[in-house]
Amino acid sequence: MVLYRKGIPIWRDTKIISWAAQILSTILVISLLVFLISNLLNAANNRGFSLGFDFIHQEAGFPISESVVDYKESDSFLHAFYVGILNTIRVAVIGIFFATILGTLLGIARVSTNWALKNLSLVYVEIFRNIPLLVQLFFWYFIIFQSFPKVQDAISLPGGIYLSNRGIFLPNLVFSTESAITLFACGCLIILMIFSLYKITALPETYFARIKRILVYMASAITIVILVYVLTTQLQVSIDTPELGKFNFEGGLRITPEFAALLLGLTIYTASFIAEIVRAGIQSVPKGQYESAYALGLSKTETLKLIILPQALKVIIPPMINQYLNLSKNSSLAIAIGYPDAFFVGRTMINQAGRAVPIFGMVMLCYGLISLMWSVMGNLFNRKTNVGRN
Amino acid sequence: MRYKLLAAIASIMVLVAVLSVGCTTTDDSDSSATRLDTVTERGNLIAAGRTDLPGFGFLREDGSNAGFDIDLARAVAAAIFGDGSSLEVVPISAAERGPTIQGGEVDVLTRNVTWTTSRDAQWGNFTNVMFYDGQGFMVRANSGFDHATDLNGITVCVTSGTTTESNLADYFRQNGFSLDTVVFEDSASVYGAYEEGRCDAATSDKSQLAAIRSGLQNPNDHKILPETISKEPLTPAVPHGDDSWFDLVKLVMYVLVNAEELGVTQANVEASKSSDSIPVRKLLGVEGSFGQADVGLSDDFAVDVIKAVGNYGEIYDRYMGPNGESFTLPRGPNELWNNGGLIYAPPAK
Repeated sequence: MVLYRKGIPIWRDTKIISWAAQILSTILVISLLVFLISNLLNAANNRGFSLGFDFIHQEAGFPISESVVDYKESDSFLHAFYVGILNTIRVAVIGIFFATILGTLLGIARVSTNWALKNLSLVYVEIFRNIPLLVQLFFWYFIIFQSFPKVQDAISLPGGIYLSNRGIFLPNLVFSTESAITLFACGCLIILMIFSLYKITALPETYFARIKRILVYMASAITIVILVYVLTTQLQVSIDTPELGKFNFEGGLRITPEFAALLLGLTIYTASFIAEIVRAGIQSVPKGQYESAYALGLSKTETLKLIILPQALKVIIPPMINQYLNLSKNSSLAIAIGYPDAFFVGRTMINQAGRAVPIFGMVMLCYGLISLMWSVMGNLFNRKTNVGRN
Repeated sequence: MRYKLLAAIASIMVLVAVLSVGCTTTDDSDSSATRLDTVTERGNLIAAGRTDLPGFGFLREDGSNAGFDIDLARAVAAAIFGDGSSLEVVPISAAERGPTIQGGEVDVLTRNVTWTTSRDAQWGNFTNVMFYDGQGFMVRANSGFDHATDLNGITVCVTSGTTTESNLADYFRQNGFSLDTVVFEDSASVYGAYEEGRCDAATSDKSQLAAIRSGLQNPNDHKILPETISKEPLTPAVPHGDDSWFDLVKLVMYVLVNAEELGVTQANVEASKSSDSIPVRKLLGVEGSFGQADVGLSDDFAVDVIKAVGNYGEIYDRYMGPNGESFTLPRGPNELWNNGGLIYAPPAK
């Protein structure tokens, strides 16, 4: 082991300096952590609050206003938290779906040659990007959804849809279990059929290919006949329409104002950022690329599909994933408008169970995992589409 | 190279071990300071309260904190500092009460908090019940509901993180009623949503409902159902881990009650010092002792307390009496024990 090299004083040896700096910073970080943790343990000890997770199987005892799965007040804290996580995932996934579509359309509109479209999109982006999300959520919930009429004078829209300040009520399709399975199988068949039809168009003109093609066409024809028969005669579907009961609409599908306001707020807010990302992506492709593509005789669609999009996606995807993470995390603002997401349920649990530290740990872990999930999915997709440069 | 790395890691671990031992020991010495020392050194008492509930904790037009709960905290400040002005009120939400008192961030929690057995075990020490309350329902006057038993199938607005929230669930489950809830953390949102018609009823402690009803646009369009579905003893709490501080706050609460019982008021407290009633003279520290010195208070702290906020009845009447600043609520169970109520304190001896 040579601690110093000949001729270089220790305090000027970059190797030693960098080692010393690393050791020092590691010590600082670790001792800070040790200090914080020992402080927490001390406080827990002195003031007698528990850091254990033994409470999670106790009865939760508080109501949750909406849930994807069955929930009763007599269920455990763990189940209550699970309900909260599902509610977070529900609003995040649906929100990301709509924000992506809306944002992409707005982003394309931003670079459109149509003056009105371009400026409408600009106004949209500048309004919704610059107002804090919490303010927007309050606006949607307290100003818009709360001023819908009371249930008794709900606005009736064609198709059995009702709008009231208790929520949006829609007719719901109800399938028997067998019908649901049949429908799922039909869906799979249709996807398989479309996939095969798409595959054979790309085959070169050979004898085998011709036979394959004929076989696929025949199979498709038979499938369609079967599908038509099954879908028209075998399905048991009933429509459950909402009807005004004693206090509220009963039956049908109900979208609560809390969920609707949160979804709308998150979608509209995040779409304004996604629009800018899509615009940046499109504009990052040099003009020469379009010109070369046209010069080679590619059509407008082909240019977009083969030349522009693959290059734009490289620029779009990483910041897009950031927006997905943002949307998922911003959904915790639900607490302000009464939507029972993971954070809200966690806060209530803290009060009912009196275990702030373990529950905050659970909440942080939950958001961490959701975000990590988006990151992993985004990175996989990014690798798939990473073509061209680099 | 590998040895170098190992050596580095080993040395870091040794250092960390040394440091962590150092940290822990300093922590222990820190926590040996009593809360009374901390409060005296800081120069003010920090109380967790609220600023949005008429009667209990609200802001006057000049921005000063006022209310029944606030005056209880002010009494503690007066006991320590001689006057009630050395009080800092930190407004918190219902859901923040547990973590705030558990973490010991505040000296006393006076934010109409219900004393329950599990909170007593988990949150902190509960002193003396200062307000006997119970949960009720507020509905629209024209709703056709006359009793809590009519409420099957309704939507109820409620504040999260409260005993109210779980009582509500228990009550409906007990009666086999179906229930929709809308839950907010912020009580302004709860009553806002109720007023807009998002819910058929709002539920909370009856005193709170009375306070909120008085502040709605048309109080007469709303009524409070007669049933009381729970026991809500509202009690100031202190953090766990300092018995002497717990005793001090209890002592101040007892002084408020005993002063009413003995007829000592803000107006006659000075004159009462020369009273010939022995219990009065004892309470005001003229003769004898009832434990003041043992918790670290001056002999005549009761005089400062009563001068600052008055006795229990005066505090109640100031906000909720016949000419109360906020609204009028008959004292009912909050009368003194010798007047048909439940308010009672151990003798000052």
